[in-house]
Amino acid sequence: MARMPVQFRLNGSDRAVFVEPAETLLGTIRRGLGDFAPKFGCGQGTCGVCTVLVDGEPRLGCLTLSVTCEGRSIETASGLADGPTLHPLQAAFMEHFAAQCGFCTPGMLMAAKALLDRNPNPTRVEVVEAIAGNVCRCTGYEPIINAILAAAQQRGVRRA
Amino acid sequence: MLEFRKDLFADERDDNLNVIGKGEQRQDMLGHVTGRTRFFDDHGFDGLLHLKVVRSPHHHARIRSIDVTAAERAPGVKRVIRGQDVPLNKNTLLSLIDFGKDDEPTLAVDKVRYKGEPIVAIIADSEAEALAAVKLVRVSYDPLPTVFDVQEALKPGAVVVNETYPGNYFEYHDKYDHQKLRFGDVEAAFRTADHVLEERYQMSPIEHASTETNGTIAAPETNNRYVVHSCAQGLFFSLGTTAKILALESNRLHFIGGTVGGGFGGKVDSLTEPLAVLGAILTGRPVRYVLGREEEMQFASPRGAERHVIKDGVMRDGRIVARQITSYFDAGAYTRLTSYGVVKCVAHMPGPYTIPNVRGDAYCVFTNRVPATAMRGFGVTGVDFSIEVQMDKLAHLVGIDPMEFRILNAYRDGDMKAHRRVAHNTALIECVQVVAEKVNWPLSETARRASSLSGGGGPRAAIPPTVTDESGRIGRPETRQAPPQLTPGAAPLPAHQPRPAVPVYQPPPAHQPAAALPNYPSQPADAAPLPAPAPPVPNAPAPPQHGAARFSSVFTRRR
Ligand code: FES
Ligand code: FES
Repeated sequence: MARMPVQFRLNGSDRAVFVEPAETLLGTIRRGLGDFAPKFGCGQGTCGVCTVLVDGEPRLGCLTLSVTCEGRSIETASGLADGPTLHPLQAAFMEHFAAQCGFCTPGMLMAAKALLDRNPNPTRVEVVEAIAGNVCRCTGYEPIINAILAAAQQRGVRRA
Repeated sequence: MLEFRKDLFADERDDNLNVIGKGEQRQDMLGHVTGRTRFFDDHGFDGLLHLKVVRSPHHHARIRSIDVTAAERAPGVKRVIRGQDVPLNKNTLLSLIDFGKDDEPTLAVDKVRYKGEPIVAIIADSEAEALAAVKLVRVSYDPLPTVFDVQEALKPGAVVVNETYPGNYFEYHDKYDHQKLRFGDVEAAFRTADHVLEERYQMSPIEHASTETNGTIAAPETNNRYVVHSCAQGLFFSLGTTAKILALESNRLHFIGGTVGGGFGGKVDSLTEPLAVLGAILTGRPVRYVLGREEEMQFASPRGAERHVIKDGVMRDGRIVARQITSYFDAGAYTRLTSYGVVKCVAHMPGPYTIPNVRGDAYCVFTNRVPATAMRGFGVTGVDFSIEVQMDKLAHLVGIDPMEFRILNAYRDGDMKAHRRVAHNTALIECVQVVAEKVNWPLSETARRASSLSGGGGPRAAIPPTVTDESGRIGRPETRQAPPQLTPGAAPLPAHQPRPAVPVYQPPPAHQPAAALPNYPSQPADAAPLPAPAPPVPNAPAPPQHGAARFSSVFTRRR
């Protein structure tokens, strides 16, 4: 089948790429554009390790067709840090031991970023809801939840 | 004892050891949070090909024919691999340490033994094309009767799952149908016990469910080597296994890995490495073989099912005087690592307790299930669960608090364990005391004052005489339903050796291919849990060594 051109913004830079009509955003970002931060875990929308932001909203890369992303802005964990300066979520994940194998981390961070961007002061329950679609088989979630809450608090302090 | 040579590199080392008790940042954490950690699949290659396998829809079937003509002509297909293309299409993982016989093909040829067993591999330009071609392979089968229950599989006349082990049990040292532990006289103790309690426990298979599925990318390098990005938990173990199966010198394989997206034991089997490398050899291009989530859940090895039957004799005052455990481990269709798990199980019987009379029999059984493998304490987890539930039931039976009951029966420093190792650094009593304190569980003064450091050893360090039959043996197990057919005129029973005062571990004999159907003598009394080997056959030719065993620096032969 004929490949189709798609243009979108990936972590702030404009990218153009030819994709198969049925190609997933996850496949395009990873093998097409070489950003390997989002992971493949199931391809069925059940694990969340492929989570990226599309126009600020968390989306499962494995269930999003690349052709639907024309003109949109995509964010992955690779674009979180500002040069050597870590995003507060990244710093908090380090501080709170919120990763073991690290495979769920890029998706987890993006789900958390989407939450904090629209709700800077989430409750514990809201944090749990925000990452409910992201499976972590190593940590038991508790350190991740604590890290997200700590990042929210720290951002509040910075803003104040 | 370990000797620390502090004189070596003294000037390069800070001896001010101060790490324990403080938080320390992981060296890989920055990579994880920035998305820069490279897992096996996070490597780009030009011209990357994708490998997918045809899997058996049957639990057990003879393969009548395999037709790959249509698949070979399908769009994007670069190569079809069959069992005949695999240089050494029969392997067992622990052959690298000389333990067990080769029993598992990389691609099934004449028979499939579990649902999901790989038969044909397809390499194509895209995953979609490889998956489409998989559907075009025509395999015709004669379905065979199946066996899924460990005790059914051990019955005489049961369907033979894996012809390498015709009795459906792993043969320890090519000779014994199970692992046996004997300590004291269990029967006599049962007769004098105030209560005897027998219970049966079971554990289902458990899927590791790591967030990253098993997979490998292999690519030719320019120096006649292959680079292999692997998910393996034991990278050099996988390198040795791949070298053996592909009959390659191991220095032609450049394995890169150690960054594992969750393993928990599910990434020690080299499920994808050999085929990915073979694909790279046959196509001259980078080949990626990654399991989908469904393949991972259904067909990649889980922790195996276990069944434990525990019979205990206990006195009214709470002392356990006899424990008998019969364990059945479901290996699935092939050995992989279950044989080793069983050895661990036997060494763990009868749990962290000092019991004067112990009898254990543990079987590694083949069934038509997905082959099992390692997972977090495998061999011990299931039997521990069973023992601890049994401890609660016993405590209830004699009317003693379950915490006190454990302290009363706990092993202490200097005690002899049933597998003839003296217990050191025991701390069960202290653990129970701490737990009781944390949850405000009242303990008696005696239990609070108990210590692992005192009260052990002395008479508790003795090895009681082991009951033997008139020929000095500990008898054929009655735990398997019936003895296997003995072949008349087969190898004689090994001569009985008197038990040495201090039992010493003797290494197993070198693996010899069985010349005829093996016979199964009962085990000599002096070997627990690892039976003493038969005396080596004089002038026996050295067993053939494959490249992996010769070159591997990690799996040196333990002898
Ligand atoms: S890979 Fe997208 S949800 Fe699992
Ligand atoms: S850290 Fe391993 S899956 Fe979350």
